[in-house]
Amino acid sequence: MTKETDKSPAGEKPEVDAYSGVDTTGHEWDGIKELDNPLPRWWLWIFYATIAWAVVYMIFMPALPAPPGFDGHTRGLRNHSERANVTEALAELQASRGPMFARLQQAAADGGIEAIERDPELLNFALAAGESAFGDNCATCHGAGAQGFIGYPNLNDDVWIWDGTFEGIQYTLHKGIRWEQNPDTRFSQMPAYGQDGLLSREEIAAVADHVMTLAGMIEPTEAGRTVGTEIFNQQCSTCHGADGTGDRTIGAPNLVDRDWLYGSEPENIRASIYRGPYGVMPAWEERLDEEVITALAAYVFLLGGGEREAFTEAALDPAISGGADTDGAAGR
Amino acid sequence: MELIKNRPAPKAKAADGVAVHDAEPVNSPERRELYHKREPIYPKLVHGKFRSAKWIFMILALGVYYLLPFVRWDRGPGAPDQAVLVDFANARFYFFFIELWPQEVFYITGLLILAALLLFLVTALFGRVWCGYACPQTVWTDLFIAVERLFEGDRNKRMRLDKQPWSFDKAWRKISKHAVWLVIAAATGGAWILYFHDAFAVLENFFTGQAALTSYLFFAILTFTTYTLAGTMREQVCTYMCPWPRIQAGLTDQQSLNVMYRVDRGEPRGAHKKGESWEGRGDCIDCKACVAACPMGIDIREGAQLECIGCALCIDACDEIMVKVNRPKGLIAYDTDLNIERRMKGEKTQFNLLRPRVILYAALIAAVSGLMLFGLINRSELELNSYRDRNPNFVTLSDGTVRNGYTLTVLNKAGEPRTLDVSLQTDPMMRMRVIGATEAAPTRLAVPADTTQDFRIFLSLPPEAVDRASEDVTFVVTDPATGETARTEAVFITGEGGR
Ligand code: SF4
Ligand code: SF4
Repeated sequence: MTKETDKSPAGEKPEVDAYSGVDTTGHEWDGIKELDNPLPRWWLWIFYATIAWAVVYMIFMPALPAPPGFDGHTRGLRNHSERANVTEALAELQASRGPMFARLQQAAADGGIEAIERDPELLNFALAAGESAFGDNCATCHGAGAQGFIGYPNLNDDVWIWDGTFEGIQYTLHKGIRWEQNPDTRFSQMPAYGQDGLLSREEIAAVADHVMTLAGMIEPTEAGRTVGTEIFNQQCSTCHGADGTGDRTIGAPNLVDRDWLYGSEPENIRASIYRGPYGVMPAWEERLDEEVITALAAYVFLLGGGEREAFTEAALDPAISGGADTDGAAGR
Repeated sequence: MELIKNRPAPKAKAADGVAVHDAEPVNSPERRELYHKREPIYPKLVHGKFRSAKWIFMILALGVYYLLPFVRWDRGPGAPDQAVLVDFANARFYFFFIELWPQEVFYITGLLILAALLLFLVTALFGRVWCGYACPQTVWTDLFIAVERLFEGDRNKRMRLDKQPWSFDKAWRKISKHAVWLVIAAATGGAWILYFHDAFAVLENFFTGQAALTSYLFFAILTFTTYTLAGTMREQVCTYMCPWPRIQAGLTDQQSLNVMYRVDRGEPRGAHKKGESWEGRGDCIDCKACVAACPMGIDIREGAQLECIGCALCIDACDEIMVKVNRPKGLIAYDTDLNIERRMKGEKTQFNLLRPRVILYAALIAAVSGLMLFGLINRSELELNSYRDRNPNFVTLSDGTVRNGYTLTVLNKAGEPRTLDVSLQTDPMMRMRVIGATEAAPTRLAVPADTTQDFRIFLSLPPEAVDRASEDVTFVVTDPATGETARTEAVFITGEGGR
């Protein structure tokens, strides 16, 4: 049981603790009396010092809001501004990175990704700068390791809806995908066959069956063979090709490579046809420096899925580069 | 102990030519209160073999501390030539012929373990000799007390000075003392920063205002702590702040040699008149010279106490007295609990250094130092680590090829750049690609001197070989010039068989 009893009414002398000789406060809990010890001196000193410090701080630093009717706050004798400091620090950072970024830019302009790869120092710089820029800007959609999510492409593999060369990636970064504010953006559009009432649900299911048959995912179905094939040839083959292999120049995905941006379950495929996917990526030239975009493009390219341009691909030793995979059989 | 009770009242004179010191132990039971203000302690200067040992040790310790940063050690061009250097900027630690990388901090752990074991060993043998002689707190406090004595005189003079009202004489003595203390404190803080950069350069930069801000900061912090801990707090640090007394007392046993008052010989104590016989009484004349000499302000005659740092100055103090009253030295001496008991029972004393715990500590010390020495001698100059990409764990390419990405970290601890060859030990179908390698030399890794370098590597398994969830791989780097190799194991994940 805890009970507080105040035994020292005003005016009465406080009881003195026999052992320590210290006054008691009159508070008692379960027979334990509270001693009226002073605060430790070191504690008090620190307390006074903080008060003194606060006064000095107010004189030198921005501290007090302006009285009503006035704008802003007191400036303090030091005229300190955190915003100015940040601006200055950023400028300093920019300047310190400048030479390396200039070298990167030069190499990319002269010899593309090969030139960057040939210079170990530049390569490491581009990878590091690209990785950090990626983490800040791209990871939200594409994932920290660029592994992608449903609707957001995996950048590690060799499947590219648009162009996977170094220059192609640079272009996409600059202009964005379906970023309507940018006139040069990469643009393609698939009709929303269901939403816009162009096809019935049954017809959509039939086309989906046909597409999955093309990709070798299911055995042909009756509806797919008849209705599905007919609709595909009329509506879809213009962009995706009669065999479904797509067309990179217009951003029409390959439908037979088993890489499905919007999921590979039958209902995913039907949903894509129903609503016509419309993925958007911003044009980063509006926000990022040219050099950062170069580093980003190098980083993404070197995640391993970047496509060599035709002429360099041919120049590679067949022992190092095998087939479609740019990974070479090397160093056995 | 029975003998200590019922002590007679103190007298002004303990024996012929020996005055009783007006010294009360600060920790006597009657005066030990909870909220006790610090009582100033005025240790009296003593002379004797332990005092001399402390002076010598102080000179050695301070000499090493102040001069070590200036000792040079040639490590070849490009490498720092300071014998002892903690190079934070480049993440290296140099200690004469030893150079440690961050990956090798376990040697520091080893050193700390070794230090702890050594401390256990000497404590088991000789009690708190670390506290009494080697602890920096003791060394600097001793030095500060010596300075205090220089300006304010010995114990009695100092006590009188403190009671006096302020005067010019008192003021200049106090001011000079604090000034010299500050100089020593600044030199202490100043020497500390010399261990972290080239000492000569730091010294020059420091005085021209060019040194790093951290240098000034640590200089200020260490100056402040040295001044307060050794100048104004002194024994308070040992008694209240330091955890070591609590631990160290637990490391001694009945057979450890400790600073002890030989109660069997000293009691019953009391003043001794000239010509009086020593028969039937103890050798302690209750002069309190031992209390006056104690820098911790305690009375060793009360037995082993937490506050006692084992500095043995009370031994010197009492020995001086014993010579004066013509009794054998060693009323206070290094002795063991067991021997005092034995003597009281009339048994023979014996010193037993080789006790199980001593042997155990010695064996552990030998084992740890042997292990570290082995490691240092066989330290390789080439090391390899690998980190597999986890996000994504693996990539399936359009043709069904499965690919994993790795970062290979090569540590070249040699003083010259190297060109290494990387190879694989695994399924022969596995293909490797090194990002940045040229077509002509697809497996070449160039690592500059004395650096850690990362390389991106892709391994891929063609679709026809993807038939299991994972595959063990071993990366091997070889220096074709020296034949030196390093290897690291890794795993290749395919995602086959569910994940
Ligand atoms: S032990 Fe020695 S120094 Fe201490 S009071 Fe006794 S005689 Fe004096
Ligand atoms: S009692 Fe003796 S050994 Fe212990 S601290 Fe005091 S002088 Fe030193």
